[in-house]
Amino acid sequence: MSRRLSFYIHIPYCAKRCGYCDFNTYTPAELQGPDLATVSQNYIDAALREIELAHSTVGEAQVPSIFFGGGTPSLMPASELARVIARIDERFEVLDDAEITLEVNPDSVTPEFLSTMRESGATRISMGMQSAVPHVLEALDRTHKPENVVSAVNAAVRAGFENISVDLIYGAPGESIADWKTSVSAAMELPINHISAYALIVERGTKLAAQIARGELTLPDDDETAEKYLIADDAFESAGFSWYELSNWSKPGGECRHNIAYWDGSHWWGVGPGAHSYIDKKRWWNVKHPSTYQQKIFKNESPELSSEVLTGENLADEFVMLQIRRREGIQLSALTDLQIKKAELFLGSGHLEEKSWSEKKLVLSKNGRLIADRIVRELVM
Amino acid sequence: MPAIPLAKAPQPSATNPAQIRNFCIIAHIDHGKSTLADRMLGITGVVEARNMREQYLDRMDIERERGITIKSQAVRLPWKSGIDGQEYILNMIDTPGHVDFTYEVSRSLAACEGAILLVDCAQGIEAQTLANLYLAMENNLTIIPVLNKIDLPAAQPEKFAIELSKLVGCKPEDCLKVSGKTGAGVEELLDQIVAQIPPPQGNPDGPARALIFDSVYDTYRGVVTYVRVFDGKLSPREQIQMFSTAAKHELLDIGVISPEPVSSKGLGVGEVGYLITGVKDVRLSRVGDTVTTFHKPAKEALGGYKDPKPMVFSGLYPIDGDEYPMLRDALDKLQLNDAALVYEPETSAALGFGFRCGFLGLLHMEIVRERLEREFNLTLISTAPNVVYRVTNEGGEELIVTNPSEYPSGKVDKVLEPIVRATILSPTDYIGTIMELCQQRRGTLNGMDYLSEDRVEIRYTLPLAEIVFDFFDQLKSRTKGYASLDYEPIGEAEGDLVKVDILLQGDTVDAFSSIVHREKAYAYGVMMTTKLRELIPRQQFEVPIQAAIGAKIIARENIRAIRKDVLAKCYGGDISRKRKLLEKQKEGKKRMKMVGRVEVPQEAFIAALATNADAESGKVKK
Repeated sequence: MSRRLSFYIHIPYCAKRCGYCDFNTYTPAELQGPDLATVSQNYIDAALREIELAHSTVGEAQVPSIFFGGGTPSLMPASELARVIARIDERFEVLDDAEITLEVNPDSVTPEFLSTMRESGATRISMGMQSAVPHVLEALDRTHKPENVVSAVNAAVRAGFENISVDLIYGAPGESIADWKTSVSAAMELPINHISAYALIVERGTKLAAQIARGELTLPDDDETAEKYLIADDAFESAGFSWYELSNWSKPGGECRHNIAYWDGSHWWGVGPGAHSYIDKKRWWNVKHPSTYQQKIFKNESPELSSEVLTGENLADEFVMLQIRRREGIQLSALTDLQIKKAELFLGSGHLEEKSWSEKKLVLSKNGRLIADRIVRELVM
Repeated sequence: MPAIPLAKAPQPSATNPAQIRNFCIIAHIDHGKSTLADRMLGITGVVEARNMREQYLDRMDIERERGITIKSQAVRLPWKSGIDGQEYILNMIDTPGHVDFTYEVSRSLAACEGAILLVDCAQGIEAQTLANLYLAMENNLTIIPVLNKIDLPAAQPEKFAIELSKLVGCKPEDCLKVSGKTGAGVEELLDQIVAQIPPPQGNPDGPARALIFDSVYDTYRGVVTYVRVFDGKLSPREQIQMFSTAAKHELLDIGVISPEPVSSKGLGVGEVGYLITGVKDVRLSRVGDTVTTFHKPAKEALGGYKDPKPMVFSGLYPIDGDEYPMLRDALDKLQLNDAALVYEPETSAALGFGFRCGFLGLLHMEIVRERLEREFNLTLISTAPNVVYRVTNEGGEELIVTNPSEYPSGKVDKVLEPIVRATILSPTDYIGTIMELCQQRRGTLNGMDYLSEDRVEIRYTLPLAEIVFDFFDQLKSRTKGYASLDYEPIGEAEGDLVKVDILLQGDTVDAFSSIVHREKAYAYGVMMTTKLRELIPRQQFEVPIQAAIGAKIIARENIRAIRKDVLAKCYGGDISRKRKLLEKQKEGKKRMKMVGRVEVPQEAFIAALATNADAESGKVKK
């Protein structure tokens, strides 16, 4: 049996940068390049070259998942993205039941785009909804209107997508508990089978961080943010979604297999500027800027910027760090006696699920999920 | 020019005492002592103009470069008097300038017949200078009042001449006016030293007696001992003996500083110079002790010897527990040069392994700590300083408590605490606020005198413990920095004292226990619990912080359990970054101390233990 290799395809372009975003993405204004069609074509040509590089490096592999993220993949012509899927399928074996996800922006996605992508093999849509409350969207510097999300999701359904996810962000400046409940209810009205809810992370260097530093915006306190997590978890669970990772819930069978690959130590190749890859204990990442990336690729040079080979200790730390975020948790047999002793304290304080513990598994309770990073620190020290 | 070429000047061991004048300069830190000393070196010709540099005698950094640490504690200056045309030898003896070193100052003074009272005539006299002046007067020294910095635009020589004349008991016009900077008046001052200060007297044929007024450890030469000969003579190769320890040493080298060390054929009556015996520990050559010869020993020591007695104690702990052996070595080395420093190993449940150290006072403590950190590259936590208590428990047993955590937990019959006599000099505007502060600190007013129309001397008896606890900072901030403070221990008094413990989740944090007056226990408890609530990060469980006297809780705060400590996203590109953060946190965790289950960052300990005195440490200058 040949190895399995997932693909992440980074699309480093956005129509506009959102205030909270620190992702590796560029707007047309920042690039000052030719029109979008030319940019897309050149970029996808480069991406295809990297797929060739992957093939010559890895050899044969079965591909269980492909994920187009960004940036804004839906900014590109569907035909360009389709070329990527086709090339991966040419060089590798995309499995029949492969999960092929596209991140889309409710502002820029069209029914035509969705239909073309569906026909080209895409199986899953992940949409940045963020909030259903206009002033919260404004605080997040998002341009879309809440009703765009509804029409975009419906369009995806009509295009034949059975797997649709939306992302929500909570804890934005000015968001009240009631606002959050509004967003959660709105999401639960949609014909989706997956939802991600992320507490806002204020990344250094973003417009949002600057606004907070200047005192123009104020973040809600952590206790309130914790409360919002619990509100979401309750609402999602009662609507038939189950948590399978800290920030991810799905209906049965709706889990994102691509993301699970990140967490369970599977191998993946990230195509594009700044993309990370992980194969056989080696993790590497590409040069960050799209033009540097393309220059390297077209000169037949590796776009790799830097890499690391994980030591035993690295692997052990990452195992706890990633696995603890998952519903399936950690088998106690995978932990040392000392770690189990430390974990027992969290069992006593209600941060671990009693029932799972009795089944020899460490699984975070709701309150435990909220302090997962702290529990990880305790366990790996 | 009344300078005499060195070679033609009277030589050591062959100088008639009648030609000798021994003096010191009493001055506050920034009143220009070093500049005046420089000027004297230049004018007397012991330092040629081309070799002159600022603060010639303050040579710590240069000494380090050369790897020697001989300080110019006493400089021999030849001088031809402009009044009588005779040749003289002036010995200028340095005095440490701070409250903690009163005893050392008193020994330096005892080596002199006269003192220059040097006052910046833009600032007026400071409390420590006044205290040293009184000390000099008690030693029957001839005082020459000198106003310095007359070249400054802000100089008020007339005003401060009146102040000085009142203190010294002379006429305002008897105050000399000089400028160390321009040299104005310095020759006249040298002439007046000759004219006013009496020559030393002693029995040149009697058994040798010399007073040790300083001893310094030098890496290459061992201990360098500075002496003033009172009777007889000390000669090279002789066996000498110390009175207090009866230790016997051979004189490997003897000589004078002028201002470089020069070996001599010996030191006679009234002369001042250095001795080197090869001894490696200053405790074997103690300030205040009397040196005599082994073959013809004196029967009686010179008076005034005291063992240095630590007054203030503090626990010193390395922040990184691995540095404990280095801290021990560093203290061993410092002690070679600091007879007043005492220490013994101590263990704190909260801070780990460290040392309980005893110091002469707060400044001495700061100097030691600063040297440990700077010269030995250690990073330390120190517990709040405390004084020594003599506690009698119910059973009538007496305990000496130098660490609050050793204070008996049962009933206490009697506690004695050290008290001091404090002198505060201040502009009259602040009398009210100073008295208020002293009252709050359990002070008893002894008296008040006006130095001039707008300056006052206030005298209080205070418990030393109150001074140790941020008194100086309070005084400075309430008087906009104008007041100065001096104090000296005068004994013990009974106090109504209790030990306040601080508990985290029910566990006593030994480093935070404090002995305080009963009426202040509540305030201390509230202060500490509030401070800790802000400093200790939220844990995954609720943490009660309590202040208690015995079993009685007097104050309480709560640190609520943390609700959220998780980053929402962890996808392909986040994993390395997140793991690296975790690795950094692992390192950070080494800087965490565990109190029971409660994780307390080092920074919280440091901040909670910081008295405002720490902020003063930068200003320390001996």
